[in-house]
Amino acid sequence: MDLFHAIFVDPFAQMISAPDLLAQTVWEGFVAGILYALIALGFVLIYKASGVFNFAQGIMMVFAALTLVGLNEKGVPAWIALALSVAVMYGLAVAIERLVLRPLVNQPDIILLMATLGITYFLIGFGELVFGGSPKSMITKQLYLPEGAINLHVLGGQVQLQKLDIAAAVIAMLMVAGLALFFQKTRIGRALRAVADDHQAALSVGISLNQIWVIVWFTAGVVALATGIFWGARSDVSFALQVVSLKALPVLILGGLTSVPGAIVGGLIIGIGEKLGEFYWGPLLGGGIESWLAYMIALVFLLFRPQGLFGEKIIERI
Amino acid sequence: MFYREAGQYKTTYAADMAIFPIRQDRWGLALILFVAFVVIPTFGGPFLLNTMMIPFLVLSLAAIGLNLLTGYTGLLSLGTGAFMGVGAYACYKLATWFPQVNILVWIVASGFVSAAVGVLFGLPSLRIKGFYLAVATLAAQFFLQWGFARAPWLVNYNDSGAIEVPRATLFGVPVTGPSATPVTRYLVVLTLVSIMAWLASNIVHGRIGRIWMAVRDMDIAAQLIGIRLLNAKLLAFAVSSFTVGVAGALMVFLWLGAAEPEAFNINLSFEILFIIIIGGLGSIVGAFFGATIMHLMPIALRALPAMIGLPIEAARVEQLTFMITGILIIVVLIAEPHGLARLWQTAKQKLRVWPFPY
Repeated sequence: MDLFHAIFVDPFAQMISAPDLLAQTVWEGFVAGILYALIALGFVLIYKASGVFNFAQGIMMVFAALTLVGLNEKGVPAWIALALSVAVMYGLAVAIERLVLRPLVNQPDIILLMATLGITYFLIGFGELVFGGSPKSMITKQLYLPEGAINLHVLGGQVQLQKLDIAAAVIAMLMVAGLALFFQKTRIGRALRAVADDHQAALSVGISLNQIWVIVWFTAGVVALATGIFWGARSDVSFALQVVSLKALPVLILGGLTSVPGAIVGGLIIGIGEKLGEFYWGPLLGGGIESWLAYMIALVFLLFRPQGLFGEKIIERI
Repeated sequence: MFYREAGQYKTTYAADMAIFPIRQDRWGLALILFVAFVVIPTFGGPFLLNTMMIPFLVLSLAAIGLNLLTGYTGLLSLGTGAFMGVGAYACYKLATWFPQVNILVWIVASGFVSAAVGVLFGLPSLRIKGFYLAVATLAAQFFLQWGFARAPWLVNYNDSGAIEVPRATLFGVPVTGPSATPVTRYLVVLTLVSIMAWLASNIVHGRIGRIWMAVRDMDIAAQLIGIRLLNAKLLAFAVSSFTVGVAGALMVFLWLGAAEPEAFNINLSFEILFIIIIGGLGSIVGAFFGATIMHLMPIALRALPAMIGLPIEAARVEQLTFMITGILIIVVLIAEPHGLARLWQTAKQKLRVWPFPY
């Protein structure tokens, strides 16, 4: 009975008695969720356009952030470093398309997934070799990102919102909106959607697959750079962030591999669920459950909807 | 030239179906076993045994285990490291509860604990497939690793929070703990790995192996011809986790001597996965090839530059190892998606028909 009480009654009683803490926790989860969603967004872009489950997306985020900070450390002004990082991500997209995707075209999905694991390891080694392995701090000031916090006096207490987190949320939303516009309104966007729909049909109306892949990987790289800036600002920039980036996987499968709205909703569910779970139920299990809760949430969802919340229904034929 | 079966007539179906139908292959295997069991322990120094051979064998065994699941049954798993941990912790608990029982019994028994946990985490595989399943096995990885760190019961509430391997003897000779010599530990590992590799080879060449391969190639079709997916997939999880669990127990008891929860992290899972990618998915011998490359490359990177007078620092070695691993995976996948094992097959086939192309 005590256990029942501790699991099903006590946490909710705590939530009601201290609504400001609840609001704070939900906000923390919301911000984390947005950032997970951004990583997942990169995955979805690539998966839709090329059918590659890009395991390297999380590492691309760290690599992009590391390039930015590393260049700045070597004396390059922040804005030029930012432009150079974008250029590096473009170079990376071209290199991946030329050296990895093109020779592996038409291979089974699992082979392509493993190739991205290879990219992951290469980027870890390369990034550390060039910029050093020690954790670095993100150059928030030079990029004019806001600092400090806003204290809201609501719900009989106070809720603290980091200005940086607000900026992250705003930029994430702008980016999603921008991508949606890009996909819906531009020529390239239409081509991307065509490729996502049917490779062969797209080829036959004269869309260059190779070009599209470069564009998609580059877009994912830019998304990775933006995500990396904010994750880097919240903690340090180092390959330890890899563990964070793996969290994007449950987000992804929760939302469905092919759905952009799914990535966002999945990110929010995982982010908020994880923080609430850690804060209210974590102490029961000795804490630290954040490391696996996201995967368990995704697993439970998957048992009921194997294709994710917004994924296309999986139809299997012989 | 020397490798061809001219003049070797098969008079029974059994001879025709043999795993090594060519006499030279059987001689080769006998030679390898002779070198492994007699030459290496007699002439090898502690460096060769401790740093190269024992880890190589342990990693090969773990890779064989993962290969049964990923290579043969087509279920991608990223939780190998955690299952190795289950084997190691189970073996430690059993060995400290009943110290009078032979340690080899507990090493094998720990495989059964690991198999049970594997089946538990394999249950979702009935509904979830492909990439989705890979993420589900990540749940096992992070959950179990968290469990190792949070349950002091697992390490008998000792202060270090790590497994400290107790001393155990076999026929009066110490095999685990600080007093065991490298030669004894090597021979124990080698014996167990040989037996398990032989068993695994028999499993995959028999009925069960064919069921698994049918499930891998297309599970709906396999179901339609009367294969029970539930049994096939869970059996694959059980056998694979068993093998991986034994490898984990061997790793801690006969190689490392002590292990913290961090030893079973996701990087270990990736390392085993890379071994089977490079070595070859769906091949027992590939596990040994892959383990050779993945384990010897960092050692060579450390030793070679020093030999030619270009010492590089330890951090650089690690970064280079990462880079080369990544490049190697991509190159192998492009050159031959079925890994070194397939290249080996092709080379043997070429030798057989030499000097004709086919």
